[in-house]
Amino acid sequence: MSAALDIGTPAAARVPPQPEPQCAHCALPVPAARFEPRSEQQFCCDGCRSVFAILHEAGLDEYYARRDATPSRAGARQQSPRKFEELDEPAFRNDYCQAGAGGVLCSEFFVEGVHCSACVWLLERLPRVTPAVLEARYDLTRSVLRIAWDPSAAPLSEVARALDSLGYTPHPTHKASLAVEQRKGDRALLLRLGIAGAAAGNVMLMALALYSGKYAGMGEEYAALFRFGSLLIATPAVFWAGNVFFRGGLAALRTRTPHMDLPVSLGLLAGYLGSAVNTVRGQGEVYFDSLCTLTFLLLVGRYLQRTHQRRSAKASDLLNALAPTTACLVEGEALREVSANALAKGSIVEIRVGERIAVDGVISEGSSALDTSLLTGESFPEAVTVGDRVYAGTTNLSASLRARVESVGAETRLGRLMHSVEATQRERAPIVRLADRVAGYFVLVIVAIAVLTLLVWSMLDPSHALDHTVALLVVTCPCALGMATPLAVSAALRAAAKSGILFKAGEFVEELARPGIIVFDKTGTLSEGRLELVSWRGDEAIKSLVRAAEGTSGHPIARAFQRSIGENGSSCEERREYPRGVRARVDDRDVLVGSQAFVRAALGSLPIWAVTQAQAHAAAGRTPVLVAVDGEVCAMAAFADTIRADAAASLTKLAALGFQFEVLSGDDQRVVDSIVRELGVPVLNATGGASPEAKLAAITRLRAEGQRVFMVGDGVNDAAAMAAANVGIAVHGGAEACLSAADVFTTRPGLDTVALAAIGSRRTMRVIRIGIGVSLAYNLLGVALAVSGRLDPLWAAVLMPISSISVVTAALRARTFSGGAKP
Amino acid sequence: MSIIFLILPITLLLSLGAVAAFAWATRSGQFDDLETPAVRLLHDEHARPPVDPAQAPNEDSRPL
Repeated sequence: MSAALDIGTPAAARVPPQPEPQCAHCALPVPAARFEPRSEQQFCCDGCRSVFAILHEAGLDEYYARRDATPSRAGARQQSPRKFEELDEPAFRNDYCQAGAGGVLCSEFFVEGVHCSACVWLLERLPRVTPAVLEARYDLTRSVLRIAWDPSAAPLSEVARALDSLGYTPHPTHKASLAVEQRKGDRALLLRLGIAGAAAGNVMLMALALYSGKYAGMGEEYAALFRFGSLLIATPAVFWAGNVFFRGGLAALRTRTPHMDLPVSLGLLAGYLGSAVNTVRGQGEVYFDSLCTLTFLLLVGRYLQRTHQRRSAKASDLLNALAPTTACLVEGEALREVSANALAKGSIVEIRVGERIAVDGVISEGSSALDTSLLTGESFPEAVTVGDRVYAGTTNLSASLRARVESVGAETRLGRLMHSVEATQRERAPIVRLADRVAGYFVLVIVAIAVLTLLVWSMLDPSHALDHTVALLVVTCPCALGMATPLAVSAALRAAAKSGILFKAGEFVEELARPGIIVFDKTGTLSEGRLELVSWRGDEAIKSLVRAAEGTSGHPIARAFQRSIGENGSSCEERREYPRGVRARVDDRDVLVGSQAFVRAALGSLPIWAVTQAQAHAAAGRTPVLVAVDGEVCAMAAFADTIRADAAASLTKLAALGFQFEVLSGDDQRVVDSIVRELGVPVLNATGGASPEAKLAAITRLRAEGQRVFMVGDGVNDAAAMAAANVGIAVHGGAEACLSAADVFTTRPGLDTVALAAIGSRRTMRVIRIGIGVSLAYNLLGVALAVSGRLDPLWAAVLMPISSISVVTAALRARTFSGGAKP
Repeated sequence: MSIIFLILPITLLLSLGAVAAFAWATRSGQFDDLETPAVRLLHDEHARPPVDPAQAPNEDSRPL
């Protein structure tokens, strides 16, 4: 799948000419081969050229004046070959589109690759590129583009293709109404925050009067007024705005998991009750100002934490995006397009060339090659014939097939796989944050000290025993402790997003900070995920014949030929594609291109050199392809999935952090071995031929052994394994399902981002630990004052904000993900 | 000094008004996206080429 995503990758690695011309679109150097002396604009690749043309036509040239044209940021535009046809299905429309006024529909897309003001500008001018779009609004906070479009003017797939052609790959976000739910929650929390803030401000004013009155003298009636006023304001702040803490504390008690909300609830409750009793009694201390400030500050932390949570997807949504929802049913002589879910077991469907299969079944007619990379991660097509099984989600590459349906929808292998993704995600034990673990011990210690204080003071001075205990519980209410993690994580996630790493929730920063075993998928993760011509033996003139014979075929080998050999004069009169090769007449010569078996079957025998070389290539994990012209083998090509340029360096960095590696791939064992050899980094275990189910089992086994497991992958076949790992990381260009299953995903190509994610997480943890340490130190001071009976409300009111400010400063000043990928 | 008995409730009513205004702003979604408007502010439209009249009303009648 990543094969074609890389079409737009500029050939920046090649030596640029002198003086260096810049691509008019992405500002990367233009390779010499693409330099056109007579043209005003130069382009590094076809992707950039086409985007430039689209923008120019729509009168949007202003984009170039708006953006800051640094190559690293603007980046070459990458286009995916996706047609987005699934967006036009009625089922999809039900789930993803909201009806607006006048027949207008609203949809939301998650759009990657938006980094600057110019991108927002361009995206919001989508109506000029596609008139069917009436309005487009981009939300930088959520990375979501909301569009209103006219379904009578164009299908949604056209809108998606338009976005894609501009280089912003759209990912539909499920059901706008669910996003509305999420937003409602955000707003409710914000409202609580506002009310707690307003209460804190007002109570503080009255507290100021009370404190000055205490030292300068104040009439009894005024003191009572201020106390009752404070009580009045603090009540909604503590019990309505602070309700979240009480509920959290109760839940923590019930499930017996340590949680920050427990000591917070204890402090709030003790402080409020003590102060309320003292207000009515008309003597003793009140802490309403501290309680309101506490609620406010803790809600700030809670709000920050919430804004970083992203929802995970449902299995049914994923299935829709991966397998077509209609199939071509064979009824006697007639063919009819029907909904795939309505197909009965045993009915016959026709699968045309280039089509993605919608059902699981057994081939009843024809033979072809299937691209199973979506399901298995195998980069090389699988030859199938009558009696072989086909699976939903795979693509038919070379010839029409008929298949007898065995299962549809959720019953297919793909459906079960997506279901296991959802189930594993649901069952996964929640990560207990470091701050919550600390809070677990903290609450025990505080309760113990409180009981001790109460007992000792009951003997020394019974009239003050309760007051001192309340003072202790208020001052130790872990405000800074509660803020340390959300603030540090929030600042870190922001920096991470700027560096191209998106975390679905802050917990994963804590998980990633500790070393463990990183399991890599091979295809598309360690490697580029597409076959490249790596060796050619034979006359250069033959290449043009081969190129013509391969035509515009979608077979991975044909695509590799198309990329490495330019279009030329040879014309192909007649061509026929077989599962393992192609036969064509080019320039009146009979050209055969294909596997060893295919060419041997066509010619009867093979020369010795061809056989030995093919064996050598295969042993080294390369795919040999033979070329025969007019019945004589005259060239041999070899293809391999090339390793990512930054793979070895990134793994070395990760190894320095204490991570160990495994490779788990659906590809052939020999290919996996050769990639591992090339990496030159010690790998615990390299397994090839692993099915998605086997990957899931391997991860589960590692976790059962007590290992911390991180899964890095890009495909649907990795999705279940990712969901089962401690942290699943999807690399750039990954499939939809994989993005949904992943906890972390990168928006920049390469593995360097994975290394940066680990390094940044570790730096963030250091900041969190410092914050926790500082807040505990302040608490220790508070405990000392309270136990000795010297703490008055003024001390508590001053200590708390100071400790919070120290923690906030430490969190915001730290360099976490922005400091580069050096450990 | 007894005027404080009158001023304090008035102050509280005023703050209540501010809280109500905040509640209204939150509920109507004014704080949903705090990043994009800052960026959008810079998008002036003076360099806009003549637009197809059939399209123009749509662009001008955008909500929010």
